[in-house]
Amino acid sequence: MWKLEARSAPSDFWRIASPLLALVLTVILGVLLFMALGKDPVKGLLVFFWEPIRSGYALGELVVKATPLLLIALGLALCFRSNVWNIGAEGQYVMGAVFAAGVALLAEKTSGAWFFVPVLLSGVIGGMCWAAITAWLRDRFHANEILVSLMLVYVAIMVLGFLVYGPWKDPLGYNFPQTKTFEAATQVPRLFKGSRVNIGVLLALAGVAAMWVFMFRTRAGWAQQIGGLAPAAARYAGFSSRRAIWLALLVSGACAGLAGALEVAGPIGQLTPYVPVGYGFAAIIVAFVGRLHPVGMVFSAILMSMFYIGGELAQSRLGLPKSLTGVFQGLLLFCLLACDVLMNYRLRWKTSQAMGGV
Amino acid sequence: METYALLFAATLSAGTVLAIAALGLLINEKAGIVNLGAEGMMLCAAIAGYATVVHTGSDMLGFLAGMGAGAVLALFFGALVIGLNTNQYATGLALSLFGVGFSAFVGTGYVQAKLPERISYEVPYLADLPVIGTAVFRQHPMVYAAIIFTLALIWFLERTRAGLVLRAVGESPQSAHALGYPVRSIRLAAVVCGGALCGLAGAYISVIYTPLWVEGMIAGKGWIALALTTFATWRPARILLGAYLFGGVTMLQFHLQATGVEVPSQFLSMLPYVATIVVLALISRNPQWIRVNMPASLGKPFYPGA
Repeated sequence: MWKLEARSAPSDFWRIASPLLALVLTVILGVLLFMALGKDPVKGLLVFFWEPIRSGYALGELVVKATPLLLIALGLALCFRSNVWNIGAEGQYVMGAVFAAGVALLAEKTSGAWFFVPVLLSGVIGGMCWAAITAWLRDRFHANEILVSLMLVYVAIMVLGFLVYGPWKDPLGYNFPQTKTFEAATQVPRLFKGSRVNIGVLLALAGVAAMWVFMFRTRAGWAQQIGGLAPAAARYAGFSSRRAIWLALLVSGACAGLAGALEVAGPIGQLTPYVPVGYGFAAIIVAFVGRLHPVGMVFSAILMSMFYIGGELAQSRLGLPKSLTGVFQGLLLFCLLACDVLMNYRLRWKTSQAMGGV
Repeated sequence: METYALLFAATLSAGTVLAIAALGLLINEKAGIVNLGAEGMMLCAAIAGYATVVHTGSDMLGFLAGMGAGAVLALFFGALVIGLNTNQYATGLALSLFGVGFSAFVGTGYVQAKLPERISYEVPYLADLPVIGTAVFRQHPMVYAAIIFTLALIWFLERTRAGLVLRAVGESPQSAHALGYPVRSIRLAAVVCGGALCGLAGAYISVIYTPLWVEGMIAGKGWIALALTTFATWRPARILLGAYLFGGVTMLQFHLQATGVEVPSQFLSMLPYVATIVVLALISRNPQWIRVNMPASLGKPFYPGA
């Protein structure tokens, strides 16, 4: 029978190979799913993996969706490395969008092009405030951050609903639950003509660099991660676990809030009930598939963005529900967790004799 | 008076959903496993149960389908967590994310589907009592079954050898292993039982409680059930009471809406979530108290010989 044999140290090979193997497994499962549904699997794969990179415009859209995923995942990676299980990034993202919209609605026709800066900053503050609730309850009351941050997602979505159905509803909007379209001055500057890619992607890449430096080149970042790896050692060394909780949650709240602000002041251009599309949850998968490494997450964010675009195309071209995206995202994380076993264990075939006759 | 009787009746029904799921999760946790996939299992069970009732017309088969769906997903979760030693939090999270997507995917065709006519239930004679009859004795049998099951679970955990073994596996898997108990098989069985109960709760929601299918309709009840096990400090009777309390909070919003209170509906809908956060903070305030009651090896993997 197969036995798992612990490795003395995690395998560096499987650290990289495991996400790739997980992707291959997910694709195989996807092909089986397409066949079970009576769809041409080749067409299905093309929709997910070729269409999103086929043209300049498509590549732009790929980047547009990868940007929020990457930003949120950067913050989550810091949380997970510190053993802080913030799974409510979706709520922090929504609050970032709400706060950003609050400032964006103040803009006037004559406002200068700098107006997007306070809009984005407001989003960052919104995300941080929302994450701070979780941090405070965890720090002061020892409340489980998984449950608190998740409950706050529902609360955030209700706050958004209240605003767009109530006080912020566009009076000229035919009673649709949405704010008026924000003034041009609030628009995040775009990078290229004819594409929706904006400076958000540069901010995300700067975030990658900043996170890399913080995690691997600063004492504070190192102390932060020791708290996650070996809490007892961190206590002995005098690293504050309370500080670690606050820092992890505030940083990830800021990242998610910025992502939310970039969405409403960028591609969406107004606040609607359709702002939450699950980026906060998908970013959890991005973080794990990217090995909680800033550079790795660039690749996994692009992959997850492909899943989003593929899901939309599968709906319009193959007549499949858009929720296919969620199925593949979940499968990918499952496969990854299973493949990660190879990182810490060796699979060995043992006869019952070798096992001492058990 | 009649309004309050109806409110009470609705509270029992809403509480039953949470109670069944939370008792299932309690069995998991008594064996030392946290399954964050409750929400996903309940969603998949909700659509499985709903679809089965749409096609067969039998509520009973619907419940069985829901339990089956929950059990299969839990088995999958258990195989990863117990067989391959994956991280319990991450794996449970994966199950929830997968369940949200998969149930929405499978359920697309059932959004407008109609169930056969729902029958109303009543306990003979007792249902005719004034006020109490409406409040307590006109419920779906599942409501009473949940109470009986709670008592049975208390008896099982406190008074039977099997219950003792289950608790031992959650408290100290090493000792249980040393005594010759198959720790991993027991944990797997507990996880599958928990999944089946979460599935039953999910099917009850879509078939009886709502009754309809909408994407994401569990709306966090799986997570609230998870929180309930902590609130109740892992005691079945407290889980039942806590579930009714939260059922009451859920129903209060509809009652307040109906009486025309001048509060935006979104703030009323927040109530169950905010209440969960507040109660969680209050209960967790004293970490000593939580630690004394929590199964000692909760969330920790066990791999014999590793």
